[in-house]
This record gives sequence, structure tokens and C-alpha cells, in this order.
Amino acid sequence: MRSSKLVEKYFRTDNLPHLWCPGCSLGIATRALCAAVDELGLDKDKTVIVSGIGCSSRAVGYLDFNTIHTTHGRALAFATGVKLANPELEVIVISGDGDASAIGGNHLIHAARRNIDLTLLVFNNSIYGMTGGQASPSTPQHAKGTTAPYGVVEQPFDLVKLAEGAGATYVARATAYHVNPLIKYYKNAIAHKGFGVVETICICPTYYGRQNRSGSAVEMMQRLKEDYVLNTNYEKMPEEQRQGKKVYGEFVNKILPEYIEEFDRIIADLKGETNV
Amino acid sequence: MSNRILMQGNRACVEGALYAGMRFYSGYPITPSTEIAEISAQRLPLLGGRFIQMEDEISGIAAAIGASVAGVKSMTATSGPGFSLKQENIGYAAMTEVPLVIVNVMRVGPSTGLPTASSQADIMQARYGSHGDYPIIALSPNSVRETFFLTVRAFNLAEKYRTPVILLTDETIGHSREAIVLAKPGEIEIYDRIQPAYGEEYVPYRIEPGEIVPRMPAYGRGFRYNMSGLFHSETGFPSNSAANAQESSDRLFSKIYDHVEDIVTYEEYELEDADLAFVTFGSTSRSVMAAIKKLRKEGYKVGMFRAVTIWPSPVKQIKALADRVKHIVVAEMNRGQYVCEIERIVQGKVPVSHLGRGNSAILLPEEVSERAKEILK
Repeated sequence: MRSSKLVEKYFRTDNLPHLWCPGCSLGIATRALCAAVDELGLDKDKTVIVSGIGCSSRAVGYLDFNTIHTTHGRALAFATGVKLANPELEVIVISGDGDASAIGGNHLIHAARRNIDLTLLVFNNSIYGMTGGQASPSTPQHAKGTTAPYGVVEQPFDLVKLAEGAGATYVARATAYHVNPLIKYYKNAIAHKGFGVVETICICPTYYGRQNRSGSAVEMMQRLKEDYVLNTNYEKMPEEQRQGKKVYGEFVNKILPEYIEEFDRIIADLKGETNV
Repeated sequence: MSNRILMQGNRACVEGALYAGMRFYSGYPITPSTEIAEISAQRLPLLGGRFIQMEDEISGIAAAIGASVAGVKSMTATSGPGFSLKQENIGYAAMTEVPLVIVNVMRVGPSTGLPTASSQADIMQARYGSHGDYPIIALSPNSVRETFFLTVRAFNLAEKYRTPVILLTDETIGHSREAIVLAKPGEIEIYDRIQPAYGEEYVPYRIEPGEIVPRMPAYGRGFRYNMSGLFHSETGFPSNSAANAQESSDRLFSKIYDHVEDIVTYEEYELEDADLAFVTFGSTSRSVMAAIKKLRKEGYKVGMFRAVTIWPSPVKQIKALADRVKHIVVAEMNRGQYVCEIERIVQGKVPVSHLGRGNSAILLPEEVSERAKEILK
């Protein structure tokens, strides 16, 4: 569907224009979500989008669904309550890299461990944008943030590996440049029964780009195109071509018992046995 | 056959919650509130509800808020350190006007303190624990029986005023076992939040004529709206306007403070001719009551005012009390918290002093008597 149609159908157009900076890719990710929702034919009334705090989390104000803008880092915990209270609802969480993996890291690993039927979309711009460019757990080592003026000392999280290690049953990554795979992964994650995570590599020309001399938004997008290789292609590449390359693609896609189904099965068995 | 049963305070809390319609509990284990989680875990699934043990205290309250937004009456319980951790989301529920019951079975702090010992030192945290200006309702039972009834009431107030309600019990009440007769179904009126009707214009934070709070549809019923902890206009969308922030804050406060007559409950004992009034609440009132019975036999004109609703405080009743008695002593298991509120209300009209301490030993009737005799000698 064309962007203008998607905006008409899924955006709260009264709330536009959005507050994101020129060149920001959060709009691309938000559009991709609408495209995925459209292709899946989700009912807006039965879809809940939960977010935390940060640039990416402001997306919910523009989206015409049941939306809840919660506290910093806690979106997955709120979403867990929404989903358990009414499992018929499709519950999607939008979170930034700081929201999902720093202050909310504990909820990320436990939602994954539970394999609860939620979808987490991490819009990862490698920086705290809303507060003006501080280093996040995704800021590359030695890159600059306002709180890391001499470069970040620590190594960043690999969110895909983190989610996989914690037990997520669908894990994918794409970039704001690779829009078609992005929409596909969003669709697959939402349709997946269990906890699905899609990391979207975004660009932040204003607060990441300026401090790190990353060039214009166009140049940053160009770099996403050049740097990221589909995982299945990466596997076939000779070692010398892999230098400096990063991977996108689907990394985990498996079916394991989902939390709510398992809970309900146990209770049904119990009631059968005890005639409660 | 008698319906009287022996029950622990924490169990009475869960029974009250279930009676009120609680069908979702999320929380994290912590002494001395853990039985509330354990019993909820056992009871809820069999009643079609859900229980989840979350990864920490913060997600415990967050999930409960989420479930309430989805239309299910929810509760979380905690103690001491956990109550501190829940504060940010208590403010969120106050700001977004989400009905919710938070139980704090008080223990001795600060920090890890004395985890298995009783205290009443979270009174001020219950009122002011989250950042920013917001109102709160807090109720404090003094028996196992009252724990049941006040938990029902906590849910009713949460639903009626779209607000988080804090049930402040303490280790003494939570772990005591007393005889109780539970209410029969239908015996207590149960209040459910008003949801908007289909076909009418729905503005998420607009109040319909004659109603106290905005109507609150469960997510999934077709009223797509936005909820945010940012100051929001009646549309539910963020607003940076100072005028809107003032108006929203005024409304949050007035929905509680315009209805103190409905919210505030209290107990008066032997106050008719009293020269000295003990102002107290929760388990400490049991020692005060015992002391007064004895003191009255000895001819001392002593009475008790027990705040059942701690917040909002019983301003009108305390002012009236200060007109009637010559001395007020605030008895509480802490180093002096509610006494600050009572002093504020009394404004020097009569002397107000404090009876309490910072350790785990509960106030004994003898200590109460001793203080009364010192003042009235």
C-alpha cells in the first residue's frame, strides 16, 4: 500500500507533523509496522501498541490503535499485563535501544524466557536521542556520546544474540534501508505464536551523526546499505569479504510452548482432574 | 454451623480482592507480603483469572496496570523495599487514572531493615512516594476482619475514582490469625468502572455530566485511545501547555478532595468526654484500645481516634477533635510521620505529641497508659 494510504488508514493524522528530526529513520520503521499490520489484516480495535520512553516510543501517539505510552523501560511489563488480561488482543511493543536493553533489559530477557505471545520491535538508533545524544548499550565501542566524550569504553549489546540467548522464539534484524525485509520480519514476528523480537537498525543523524561525524542522513542510509548483508549471503561469503560487514535476516524461528497456552493447558488439566 | 473461620491477614486480603472482582495479580516475592502472592497464585487460575510472578517489583506493578487498562481488576502486593521500587508506576497510574490496588505490608526500614518485623513507617511514602504532585487514597486496617473489608473497599474506591489505592497493612496484621466471617456474595456492593457506550462520542479524558471521572473503556472494545504519563489533554494526547497541566492537575486533586466525605472513614472510641485523644491507625490502635479500656476503669478521660482512611487525611474530624480535647498524642510505629500531618491540621490549637519509635517492638498498652498518665496527672 502506498505511504499516503497507510498514513490515512493507520495514522492519527490530527497529531501530525511528528516530532522526529529531519533525516530520522523512525518514520520508516513506523511506516513498515503499518504496512505489516495492513498485510496481516489486523483489526485496529483488537491491536494494542505499547511503548516506553524515548524517541521511538513517541510513535504510539501517531498510530490509530489502542496505544499506551508507559514508563521508561517498562513497556514489555505493561504489555504482559495487557496480553494476559485479554489474550485475544494483538500486543505489539515499540521500544528504543536504551528503553529495551538498558533500563528495560530485565523485562526483555524475561519476556523472552517466558515465550509470551508479544512482539517487540526495537528501533535501535545506537544513542539516547530524546535526551540529546548520550551513549546507549548499543553505541559502538569507541563511538562518541555526550556522556562518552572520549568514546564509549564498553562493548555494545548484540540484541539478536541477547534475545536468542534469553529464549525468544522469533528473532530477526533489518535496517531502515532494507525496508522490504523489515516489513516481512515485522509480519512474521507479529504472526509468530510466542515472543518475537525484531531489531531495526535506525539512523540518528542529529544526535549520533553529528558527534560521530557520520555525514548526512543520506550518507548514513548509504552506509546501512553497504554495511549490512543478509545472513544467508554472509554465510557464503569468503572470509576476506566479511571484513566490516554486519548481518541482517531472520536468526531464530521456532515453535515452543507459549506462556498463555501453557498456563491455560495446566489449568484445564487441573480442572479436569479435580472437577473444580 | 458457624461461618467463623480462622484466617491470616494476608489471606483475608486476597479473599477481599477476589470478592471485589480481582482477576489479575502480578508481583514479586517479598517478606512479609509473600502470602498474598502465593494465595493469589493458588486461587486466581481456578476462578478464570491469571497470576504471574514477574521478574521484579517494577514489572509487578507495571503488568497490573496493563491488565487494568485491558479491563481486568488488578492488584499487586509488596513490602518495604518493593514499595520503594513501585513508586514511579504508582505515579503513572495516578496520572493516567488507572484503577489499581497496591498492598504494602509494612516492615521495618530503611533499606532491608528488619524484614520480618512490623512497622508503620511508610505512611509518608504512601502519600508522597512518587515524584510530582498527585493525590492518593490509602487505607489502613487494624484486624484480619477489617483487612478483608478494606480490600473490597480499596477496589471499589479505585474503580469509582479511577485511581491507584494503597492498602497499608503491616507485618502484625498480615501475619496475625484471627476469627473472621467473610461477607456473603451480594452482601457488599461492588463498584465497576463506567465504560463508554457504543454509538456515543468518546473523548478519553472528558467527564460526562454528573460523573466524577472520565469513562474508561477496556482495550479491545473499539474505543481506540492513547494513554500517556505525559500531561495530556482530554483527547489523551500529550500537551505541553501550562494551562492544560494546571487544569489536569486540578482535576486529579479535586476528584479525590471533593469527595473526602465518601472516601474518609474513621473510628472514634470513648471520645465524648475525653481530655486526651490518641490518634492512631492500623495495628497500633489495638494497643491503644486495650490501654484506653484499662485507663477508663481507672477514671482517666482518654479516647481514641483511629484513621481508617489514612490519605486523604480526616482533616474535618481532626479539627473537630482539636476543639474537643486538651491533648492529642499520635501513636504510630515509626519515629514521627503521621504526627506531622496531625500537627499541620491542628495548627497549635492543642498540644500534639508523638508516641512511637524506630525499632521493631510494637507499642504496648502499658506504654500508651504511661503516656496518658504523664499527660493527665
